[in-house]
Amino acid sequence: MIVQQVSVFLENKIGRLNEVTQVLGKNGINISAFSIADTSDFGILRMIVADPEKAIGILKENGFSAKTTDVVLLNAPNKPGALAKALEVLNSEEVFIEYMYAFSMNERTSVIVIKPSDPQMCLKKLEKHKDELISGGDPYNI
Amino acid sequence: MIWNETIESSDREQMQQIQTERLINTVRRVYHNVASYRRKMQEIGLIPGDIKSIDDIHKLPFTNKSDLRDNYPFGMFTVPMSEIVRLHASSGTTGKPTVVGYTRNDLNMWSEVVTRSLCMAGVHKNDIVQVAYGYGLFTGGLGLHYGTENLGATVVPISGGNTKKQIQLLNDFGSSVIACTPSYALHLAEVLRELGIEPGSLKLRVGIFGAEPWSENMRKEIEDKLKVKAIDIYGLSEIVGPGVSCECEEQDGMHINEDHFYPEIVDPETLQPLPEGKIGELVFTTITKEGIPIIRYRTRDLTRLNYSKCKCGRTLVRMEKCLGRSDDMLIIRGVNVFPSQIESVLLEMSETEPHYLLVVEREGNLDTLNLMVEVQEQFFSDEIKQLQLLRKKITDNIQSTLGISVQVKLVEPKTIERTSGKAKRVIDNRKI
Repeated sequence: MIVQQVSVFLENKIGRLNEVTQVLGKNGINISAFSIADTSDFGILRMIVADPEKAIGILKENGFSAKTTDVVLLNAPNKPGALAKALEVLNSEEVFIEYMYAFSMNERTSVIVIKPSDPQMCLKKLEKHKDELISGGDPYNI
Repeated sequence: MIWNETIESSDREQMQQIQTERLINTVRRVYHNVASYRRKMQEIGLIPGDIKSIDDIHKLPFTNKSDLRDNYPFGMFTVPMSEIVRLHASSGTTGKPTVVGYTRNDLNMWSEVVTRSLCMAGVHKNDIVQVAYGYGLFTGGLGLHYGTENLGATVVPISGGNTKKQIQLLNDFGSSVIACTPSYALHLAEVLRELGIEPGSLKLRVGIFGAEPWSENMRKEIEDKLKVKAIDIYGLSEIVGPGVSCECEEQDGMHINEDHFYPEIVDPETLQPLPEGKIGELVFTTITKEGIPIIRYRTRDLTRLNYSKCKCGRTLVRMEKCLGRSDDMLIIRGVNVFPSQIESVLLEMSETEPHYLLVVEREGNLDTLNLMVEVQEQFFSDEIKQLQLLRKKITDNIQSTLGISVQVKLVEPKTIERTSGKAKRVIDNRKI
């Protein structure tokens, strides 16, 4: 499925990540997953959160540069070879991936977050292989 | 040695007579040949005949850097282009550079004042002078070059940068004089130390340093580390370039070549002339230049004048090391930088807002320019490569405008302090 990922621009300075998580925590927004892309002087925090619209509003109120980006979530079995299988499918379908990260939901399921150049197209292609890849569960409430 | 003793040691009365004749002549020429001067004089009801002596100079209107920009590129030249044999340019306050043109006579005059300056510094015809100022539109390199040739000394036109090569030639050629910026001199000393070369083992004995402000502390440090006599030379392209004034071996103020460049000190607020010895803004009138004579040019440099005779025998008026500026210009690695130039670059780019902070540091002995630009919502991207492209674009645009490299740092919105009054755009952490 396609969900809205929240991206926040962060300067590389002590305590900045902490401030983002505190602001979201105080406002009751649960962070399901996150990853950080960093360069020598700035980074981008990418998160899957319970309520993306609300999260953006809160972050902007607190002076952060934040925006949503469409990403594809793929629920895969939490077992050896599952990620390899998913990547093989993406590769065979020639899906161009800008970045991706993954996390485990529980003992049975893991979630792969994919940022393809075209999310709709990516989703369509993945659906062709639904049976091989298994999907299920509500990604916003892990 | 005094290169032109008649002039450099002339009595005050004789000097004033020379200045009077030359000023009258200059005012007549600009009035009849340059529309902007004529208009300015007409506005205050002044005709060339009203200028009867050098003391009447305060009646004339001032010239600002903006006048040169408004008449870009050649609007203030008093002679046809067929008479101009060379152009130089320095950075302007916004975008366009300030262009100056020299006739053959201007170049001869410039060589003469640089030669005088070299003699003041104790350079003689047996010296080998390594000119490590940049050659090009900047006046530093070529100015020192022709002055050295005119003196009859040997010039090594190595230009700026390439420190290893500089050191190799200092060593192999036995250069006895180096001309560069004072911060580069310190950098050179540092690299010598790293290479394990004892400065005392070189033939270097005199350093002619200019194009940026430096303090007595820096002089001590350079003299100590590079084992040279460190001489301050002053100049600006609008007036001629290096050689407007220079210290003698007494190192007690820079002798102004006042038979060519007439100095005044004015209050930067009221623009009224200040009495001798008072600190104010330095104003120059070129009284012999043909290509682009400049009337009462506001240098924005703050200093004071001393008319007493120097121990070296010269009577040329001396100016103190510049104590600061009456505007926000920064001098970085010898290049003039105005914050307004950066602002105009940011304004021209649709992705950016003109919220920025310039931080100038001295790392090692070289100045670095760091520019913080806020990331605004409209150009925030989720992709690192987009942000990096943006940063590169800002860096490239600024570099092509300023002519020096800048480190751009993207920062979060509203992290640059807003003030109700004039925004703080520059933090200068250099200890000069």
